[in-house]
Amino acid sequence: MSNAVKELLYKMADDALIIGHRNSEWTGIGPMLEEDLAFSSMAQDKIGHAIALYTILHEVLGEADPDTLGFKRTEKEFKSCHLVEQPIGEYDFSTIRHFLFDHAELLRYESLTQSSFQPLAQLAKKVKGEIKYHVMHADTFVKQLSNGNEESKARMQQALNNTWHLALGIFEAGEYELELTSNNIFIGEAELKKRWMEKVTPLLESYGLTIPATDESKIAKGGRKGYHTEYLKPLLDEMCEVTRTDIDAEW
Amino acid sequence: MYGNAFISPEEAKRMNEQVEDADKLAAFEDRITRGEKIEPGDWMPAEYRKQLIRMIEQHAHSEIVGALPEGTWITRAPNFRRKLALIAKVQDEIGHGQLLYSAAETLGKTREQMLNDLINGKSKYSNIFNYPAKTWADIAVIGFLVDGAAIVNQVINSKGSYGPYCRALERICYEESFHLKQGHDNVVYLATGTPHQRAMLQDALNRWYRPLLHFFGPSDKTSVHSEKLMKWKVKLASNDDMRNQFLDQYVPKILELGLTFPDPNLHKNDDGVWEFSDPNWDEFYEVIKGNGPCNAERIAVRKYAEEAGRWVRQALLNPSDKYVTPLA
Repeated sequence: MSNAVKELLYKMADDALIIGHRNSEWTGIGPMLEEDLAFSSMAQDKIGHAIALYTILHEVLGEADPDTLGFKRTEKEFKSCHLVEQPIGEYDFSTIRHFLFDHAELLRYESLTQSSFQPLAQLAKKVKGEIKYHVMHADTFVKQLSNGNEESKARMQQALNNTWHLALGIFEAGEYELELTSNNIFIGEAELKKRWMEKVTPLLESYGLTIPATDESKIAKGGRKGYHTEYLKPLLDEMCEVTRTDIDAEW
Repeated sequence: MYGNAFISPEEAKRMNEQVEDADKLAAFEDRITRGEKIEPGDWMPAEYRKQLIRMIEQHAHSEIVGALPEGTWITRAPNFRRKLALIAKVQDEIGHGQLLYSAAETLGKTREQMLNDLINGKSKYSNIFNYPAKTWADIAVIGFLVDGAAIVNQVINSKGSYGPYCRALERICYEESFHLKQGHDNVVYLATGTPHQRAMLQDALNRWYRPLLHFFGPSDKTSVHSEKLMKWKVKLASNDDMRNQFLDQYVPKILELGLTFPDPNLHKNDDGVWEFSDPNWDEFYEVIKGNGPCNAERIAVRKYAEEAGRWVRQALLNPSDKYVTPLA
């Protein structure tokens, strides 16, 4: 069973770390100072979630320590989804991504409060309270920009169109889905995806946006198996740049 | 963080020629002498308002431009502890900018006007942010010494006469004291680490030494004094006094780690005054004019942020909303 739990924890932790990295890139260049601050806060929370998950992997499941897991793994060993790997682009893309990703995160952590794997259930109780605020932020901005002016409406719809199939890649099934669900560790990606669709569809429609038609062949899969976009390797190279200059040093 | 505001000689001369209502001016100056704070709705000389806007605005710009060289290292910080500390620290700096723009707005200039003046070069920010942060050790040196210099400046300014600015500075100083701790911790780790780490720290110190001496502005012997600004408690200490206080507090802390500064003349006299070699003030003036190593890059980034984010701000604007000057 530990391999199943590891699979779940790694993909969650890697998603959180990579989206946290991307969020932090808004520091200093947001459309207004308040958004620099908001994305910075979310980055800190996300990286905090990643550390908490790596800590469970380390302390409960015998994996390496959090810094090693974060800074010394290869691209192939990361299990992040393609959505979080994308560069921040402009604020329209980053905000739509934030909306689609954080709604999935909130539902995931809410369901995990019932997990039979206690360390994760405990963590989920804390984390869902933080993600609630990320979702409030995303809802506020997607709603206002989708109802702003002609340009902002068009941008938000375009961003949603471009992001939809990437977002569906969040729910790519892993090798151990059956084991996770049958042992009540996790509700499974298929069920999570269903809940997410039920949540985001009416919300986006209420903002006046049109949900793009889903083409199964276009869903961005592969991340959960270690196949990544061209953006992950440069991101990791940057993240590990200092560590690699003196691999045994303490920083 | 922040460097001392720079006043051009022409401006100082003109400042002394301004005429104000003698009774009101006397009452205003009495209040300041008594140690009262001036608040946004109170009568104040036009020149006082102008100089405060200039100073607070420069300070605010320094915060958000200062976030840029450090910000580029958030994604490269070498472990989770450093990464979280650095994101939080840079976030604080942006937050200080936000706070200071609000303080300046109480005097009648909008944040948008200030940001536009930053981009078009009308208003300045601290020179020190026109130097590059080349390695991770620069982050340690900035966090410890640049923030340390800024605290010297800001603690003094927090005793000034304008209420909103003083209150903002008190909060800023409180947060900066944590920045100093993380900067010092980072310096100590590198200084006591591997030969590679120690070498990169020494290299960073060598490069930041001169900008740090420039930080407080030109020597009192050559810089323009403004009796008026001192009297009005807009400026509270001379450049040389602040620089000396900084050197006195921080040079020993670097030397005790076995590190050096690239100046054989740097030493403390028997009378407690620090001596140092001429730090090339021509370079200081060149950087102010816009010819420093990173001036163009910093302004380009701010310009990108303003332009790329304009559609967001416009979309959020409610046409029926009227601009209201904040009160404190």
